[in-house]
Amino acid sequence: MAKKQIMFTFPQDLITEPIIYNLSQRFKVVTNIRRADISENKGWVVLELEGDESEIERSIAWVTGKGVRVDPVVGDIVEG
Amino acid sequence: MSFATALRCRKCGQEYPLQPQSLCNFCLSPLEVTYDYQAMAKAVTRDKIAGGPRSMWRYRDLLPVESEAVDIGAGLTPLVKADNLGRELGLDQLYIKNDCLNPSYSFKDRAVAVAIAKAREFGLDTIACASTGNLAASAAAHAAKADMKAYVFVPADVEPGKLIGAAIYKPVLVSVNGNYDDVNRLCAEVARRYKWGFININLRPYYAEGSKTLGYEVVEQLGWRAPDCIVCPAASGLLFTRVGKALDEFSMLGLTDPVNTRLFVSQAAGSAPIANAFLAGSQHIHPVKPDTLVRSIAIGNPADGYYALRVARQSGGGAGTVTDEEAIAGVKLLAQTEGIFAEAAGGVVIGVLKKLAAAEVIKRDAVTVALITGAGPRTQEILSSVVQPITVQPNLQSLEEALGVVA
Ligand SMILES: Cc1ncc(COP(=O)(O)O)c(C=O)c1O
Ligand SMILES: [Zn+2]
Repeated sequence: MAKKQIMFTFPQDLITEPIIYNLSQRFKVVTNIRRADISENKGWVVLELEGDESEIERSIAWVTGKGVRVDPVVGDIVEG
Repeated sequence: MSFATALRCRKCGQEYPLQPQSLCNFCLSPLEVTYDYQAMAKAVTRDKIAGGPRSMWRYRDLLPVESEAVDIGAGLTPLVKADNLGRELGLDQLYIKNDCLNPSYSFKDRAVAVAIAKAREFGLDTIACASTGNLAASAAAHAAKADMKAYVFVPADVEPGKLIGAAIYKPVLVSVNGNYDDVNRLCAEVARRYKWGFININLRPYYAEGSKTLGYEVVEQLGWRAPDCIVCPAASGLLFTRVGKALDEFSMLGLTDPVNTRLFVSQAAGSAPIANAFLAGSQHIHPVKPDTLVRSIAIGNPADGYYALRVARQSGGGAGTVTDEEAIAGVKLLAQTEGIFAEAAGGVVIGVLKKLAAAEVIKRDAVTVALITGAGPRTQEILSSVVQPITVQPNLQSLEEALGVVA
């Protein structure tokens, strides 16, 4: 089992879709929301995904395909 | 003994012991070192600091280090009055903080010096970082001095010339076949698996504290007076937030009067998630894909972006961006007025300062400090057009003809 801490940023047209619920239905991944901020025109959610590494990766590929931006919560590690 | 007491979550306030950890277990927000400021205030005086070492270690009482410093001579760089540049920009009291003059040529030495001392205290024998330039050089240099092993991860497409400044100290240089995101992903996994001190991951709270010394020095060198305005470059936003923290601490400790410094964040337009959020009036940082030749501050998903935004707003400061061309013009202007050869990040600071002064956001009589955080020679390739020699034969006649002078 692996855990991954990431941030989803939703474009306006996806805010009303239950994407996180759908993700946990489609994939064997437990979602655990830690922080979020959603308004009518944008939103982000910081959450932890838990499951098999490959299943987590597949679920991330799926949300990315939906138009959600996925970033690591630690921020970019490669610096100047 | 230092006065550091704990790591505290910047969002929810949860505290943790001082250990290698950078995120809160609960809300996944960044952790910050906290101190017993009452005890610190009793121990720290202007005289004691002024009589300390001629390096960043004169501020040791304000840092979380318990052990002997890993000292390659970082800090106490010159603060110079920049009258020529000031005349050009319409600023009467402009100063340049020349942090190019650190041992590995950037302000990162301040941050890494603290991070590596902590790594050693935590019993780690290996440090690591992911960097294409300044951080890599500084981490490798400090590891050499501390006799620790260093791993430096770089994307495979980085120009080899960029890496000499790190490779000379003989770290294990790992070139990763992939782009920036791939290296980010790999490093996050490496940091989870190995008991290494990852400078900008699990050692990040300590690394951050070292950056404060840049702010302390500005105030001390101005005669224990905080300036009216500071213009600072930002990548992850960490330095910017810690300069703010430095000023707050000095006034809290009674070393200066209450601080009213306005803090301005400067970024390259091609990688400006913090400045753009400020200018859009947004509370949220939208990560971007960096597209700029100012590589040293090209971070699209800035770990401290939200907090940097808050510091800019709460200080009554602001934000600005410049194009790559304006950044290069800024590098040239600084060199040609003040004799200081900065890297492109310095050009961004000068370019943004120029705009802020022209718009009178920064007023002519404001005591203003531009933080120049890295030296030019590491990124010379962006300036090859400045070399336009006059070619002559080895005799006086040819020289005088070419120069258009007569004896
Ligand atoms: C020259 C220079 N200036 C400024 C910065 C800003 O650093 P940060 O905002 O990540 O603290 C960096 C870091 O990459 C740098 O290399
Ligand atoms: Zn927290």
